[in-house]
Amino acid sequence: MNTQLSQENVVAMNNGKRKTIEISGLNFFYGKTQSLHNVSLDIHEKQVTAFIGPSGCGKSTLLRTLNRMYDLYPGQRAEGSIMYRGRNILEPGQDVNMLRAKVGMVFQKPTPFPMSIYDNIAFGVRLYEDLSKGEMDERVEWALKKAALWTEVKDKLGKSGLSLSGGQQQRLCIARGVAVKPDVLLLDEPTSALDPISTSKVEELISELKQDYTIAIVTHNMQQAARCSDYTAYMYLGELVEFGETDQIFMNPARKETQDYITGRFG
Amino acid sequence: MSATLEKAAMNPVYRKRLLTHRIGIALSVLAMSIGLIALLWILATLIIKGFGALSINMFTQNTPAPGSEGGGLLNAIFGSFLIVSLSTLISTPIGILAGMYLAEYGEENKVAAVTRFVTDIMLSAPSIVIGMFVWAMYVATTRHYSGYAGSIALALIAIPVVVRTTDNMLRLVPNSLLEAAFALGAPRWKVAMTVRLRAVKAGVITGVLLAVARVSGETAPLLFTALNNQFFSSDMNAPMANLPVVIYGFAMSPYDNWRDLAWGGALLVTFSVLALNIIARTVFAQKAPN
Repeated sequence: MNTQLSQENVVAMNNGKRKTIEISGLNFFYGKTQSLHNVSLDIHEKQVTAFIGPSGCGKSTLLRTLNRMYDLYPGQRAEGSIMYRGRNILEPGQDVNMLRAKVGMVFQKPTPFPMSIYDNIAFGVRLYEDLSKGEMDERVEWALKKAALWTEVKDKLGKSGLSLSGGQQQRLCIARGVAVKPDVLLLDEPTSALDPISTSKVEELISELKQDYTIAIVTHNMQQAARCSDYTAYMYLGELVEFGETDQIFMNPARKETQDYITGRFG
Repeated sequence: MSATLEKAAMNPVYRKRLLTHRIGIALSVLAMSIGLIALLWILATLIIKGFGALSINMFTQNTPAPGSEGGGLLNAIFGSFLIVSLSTLISTPIGILAGMYLAEYGEENKVAAVTRFVTDIMLSAPSIVIGMFVWAMYVATTRHYSGYAGSIALALIAIPVVVRTTDNMLRLVPNSLLEAAFALGAPRWKVAMTVRLRAVKAGVITGVLLAVARVSGETAPLLFTALNNQFFSSDMNAPMANLPVVIYGFAMSPYDNWRDLAWGGALLVTFSVLALNIIARTVFAQKAPN
């Protein structure tokens, strides 16, 4: 473990920034259809990496390989390597439940569980930690505060998660993801079902969460990518067209295709 | 009406469509009325003939001996209650767990596909066949009729109903909700038992209540298993009085008081089933997500 850490430190010093996830030569198949072609990129620690591109470009598929969500569906498979903190998570021996506890995910549509607000948060925590009632109360409060939802729900923790508004439900889902203290948060179009006010709340939240977590976000909204990300990947037809620092991608893209997309001439 | 609209109303294609629409509606209303009239007729007959038999005695006295006056249905009501309760205790866990298995593994597994097919056959199996089966397997082995045998027969009828509704309900749960639970690192059994089952709790309870309603009027399987008992008995290992068999026996008897009791019993069974159905639907309407 120590040697591994020191190796990572060396890598980090060499690059200036530490990499949490290194994707290389990733191919993805839905049955016989290939939907990702030889994708390679690094996701940096405590940075926000945005994935943009037109519908069907494979950005959500890519995100779903990072916690092996595709494993739920027979016929879907990934080739290549995804090194997460020094381990290739695509290897068959990887315990996917442990991986998902470390690499959390928030989905496009809010998905509160059919239980109380409190239990929505506690559900994931109980899977891996044996906390006392008091510790659990603290954890729930902490997670809800992290997701900027605490003041709105602190008097109705026993109420169903389904009773909240759409924006609140989505922040509940973020709180739920944060509560298990993951390392990485994957956000799959987290604001596409939300109104502008809820969207700006979630965006503020992303900047907050970046202090503690590595974040990967898929978005259809280019302004959103420009506003909240440090790195941006532009994908098209299952290929990574361009990847770099967000400022560079938006101000001075190296590829013409990227420029066409971000200026709205295409997509 | 403006000239444009009048002209549009004269359009031959539109007029033809309007005619088809009216014929269709008329046929539907006719079909609905026939069904409804039959149902109301049954209910009205039951109320007219059964209401006279309803009395406090029906609930406090046991079934009368041949030739004796008065009497009630206490032993049959109690017997039915015990037999149906036990059958529900047997069929609910088996049915729900089997339904969960089908919903979880039904798409990817041969055993599940066969189970689902057999369940569908069992759903429409004549109840008298189930009665004979339990008679041959249980009554003939133990060499006596019993309340237990009756419960087993009713449970066999209820299980496929519970399996099917549980399976159907669970498959309505959107994948996104399940993925959200998996994304927290929850193992499959945990997702199935908590998030998925909980999301359709009301629907599953409805299925159980409908199964109870379905079996509480079954007569044929009980004729072969619980049989009947003229006396009050809470020994489920012995023949046991129950409403359907008593109704069956009394309805065709030569005694007026027996026939009255049969009508009263029929009214009781019908309204219990009706009440169960209404409760089941209310539970479902209240708890169903949107």
